[in-house]
Amino acid sequence: MPRIATIVLLLAAAAFPLVMQSLEQAYYISFASRVMIYAMAATSLNLILGYGGMISFGHAAFVGAGTYTAGVMIVEGVPSALIGWPLAMLLSGVLALAIGAVSLRTRGVYFIMITLAFAQMIYYLTVSMKAYGGDEGLNLPGRSTLPFADMKDDTSFYYAVLLLLALSLLLLQRLVASRFGRVIEAIRENETRMEAIGFPTRRYKLACFVIAGAFGGLAGALLANHGNYINPSILHWTQSGNLMIMVILGGVGYRYGGLIGALILLGLEEFIANHKIAWIADAYPNYQQHSLLGVGIILLIIVLYAPQGIAGLFKRKGAGHG
Amino acid sequence: MSGILILEQSLNGLQFGLMLFLLAAGLTLVFGIMDMINLAHGSIYMIGAFLAATLVQATGSFTAGVLLAIPATALIGMLLEVSILRSLYTRDHLSQVLATFALILISNEVVRIIWGSDIALGTPQALSGPVELIPGLFYPSYRLLIIGVGLAVALLLYFIVAKTKVGMLVRAGASNREMATAMGVNIKLLFTLVFGFGAGLCAVAGAMLGPIFAVQVGMGDNILILAFVVIVIGGIGSIRGALIGSVLVGFVDTFGRAFMPHLLREFLPPQFASAIGPALASISIYVLMAAVLFWKPQGLFPARG
Repeated sequence: MPRIATIVLLLAAAAFPLVMQSLEQAYYISFASRVMIYAMAATSLNLILGYGGMISFGHAAFVGAGTYTAGVMIVEGVPSALIGWPLAMLLSGVLALAIGAVSLRTRGVYFIMITLAFAQMIYYLTVSMKAYGGDEGLNLPGRSTLPFADMKDDTSFYYAVLLLLALSLLLLQRLVASRFGRVIEAIRENETRMEAIGFPTRRYKLACFVIAGAFGGLAGALLANHGNYINPSILHWTQSGNLMIMVILGGVGYRYGGLIGALILLGLEEFIANHKIAWIADAYPNYQQHSLLGVGIILLIIVLYAPQGIAGLFKRKGAGHG
Repeated sequence: MSGILILEQSLNGLQFGLMLFLLAAGLTLVFGIMDMINLAHGSIYMIGAFLAATLVQATGSFTAGVLLAIPATALIGMLLEVSILRSLYTRDHLSQVLATFALILISNEVVRIIWGSDIALGTPQALSGPVELIPGLFYPSYRLLIIGVGLAVALLLYFIVAKTKVGMLVRAGASNREMATAMGVNIKLLFTLVFGFGAGLCAVAGAMLGPIFAVQVGMGDNILILAFVVIVIGGIGSIRGALIGSVLVGFVDTFGRAFMPHLLREFLPPQFASAIGPALASISIYVLMAAVLFWKPQGLFPARG
């Protein structure tokens, strides 16, 4: 059954641009690409947050490092995605290795705070990069290029993003189901015991952290291409918060948690901003400028009353993490 | 660089550090006693500043406006604690981070709806000019007032925490909450009071810093992170740690901004130095925090024995 659902989902995603083009709603192709990119970023965070139980408050640093790597490569005249995107993954992975090596020595609140601190360092580093726009960011001359597709076309870009998202989801799924994934989940449940029976727990956690960082970097590279700009705001700490919101909304430690969360959060913002609801507009005409208020209230309600997230609502009681 | 410049920057560092302390003191108690991460602390600082600006305009007096804003903000803080935050104490840190992150989004938008994106709050007329502290050193009198207020509040806080019965209960709660409850301390009530007090301190900081930075939506988002850096450096739950951490962060930040570009110019090409100097200055406090966490994971003055 789940396999059929996956195939149906993939087919629907593949048909989406064709439908939108025939409805002359091309804007939504770009919007869907954005959702999928954030889904990838949130899914990578879900790997450490949900499966690994490591509450990292600095994931924006890895996404941002990917964004800047891809952007800088384009600016410096190496637009090939086949170089830029893997390089973004590599650099973000190395960054995660460095940050994780220090941060994973701490736990609990201190881990949250130290990942936040490192992310702030990277944020200020990008702000200082005057050659690449400093705090105002930089518009990119064009997208990364692929040999077989014209990436300037939003539909081609959509399919590239879809392919990469599907591949990363598949890979992360395999990873979670593997021995490595079981060890990571077991460490989340009881680290002391895992250590006692001989697992080098910190090394496992670090590996998990690096993988998540690399996929965050890939999402970041796609993000640079999607909007055709790089900007330090992608690394602001509230972005880390937004990614966490997506994971929580979708479901911590659920396979499609990141995807569902990104869809709901971005969809909600999009809906509030672009669809006027008459009865609210009557009461308060400018309500659409305050879409974050709605997001905040919904998030608060979910955290208080549905801590398992949206995916958790559809799970049978007692079913474990998927 | 001259001695006067160093003295001036020291005063700036002290001034910023003391204001950070007002934010960090409330935050560290909330964190220490209830093991609660409250990201909404920065929003209370923002609300305090907006209330102060409004009340200063309404009363026509800076002093009256600020003094009225303090209890008003404390009341809002206590309402927030009783209605929402209280139910989060028993939840994990992740839920606390997200729920209070949601409160940031909500309060930013609510403030925007009520007041708009920003509001004017000027320095009081009598304190707009500089004073000559020692020959050659002119220092804005308003900044001196901030230092004075900061020192007074720090003293008051020290007196309350170290010498009064309520302070004793707060310290007991911070070092061991279960034991304090077992000994008959009404932690719930105590905590609502502590929260209100912390909110009041936020209002003081917001009102005093308002004329220097701008009173605008989102003003709490960045200073909140600094306050967290302070309490992690100082040791969660420790007032003394918060004071020392604040002054440390205030000095490192101010001196970094003032002198780092000059320092780098000594051995780097000037263009590069002026570009990377401010970044290194911004980063320095986070390096400080990472270093403290690396060698003293519980902070400099751990509250729990």
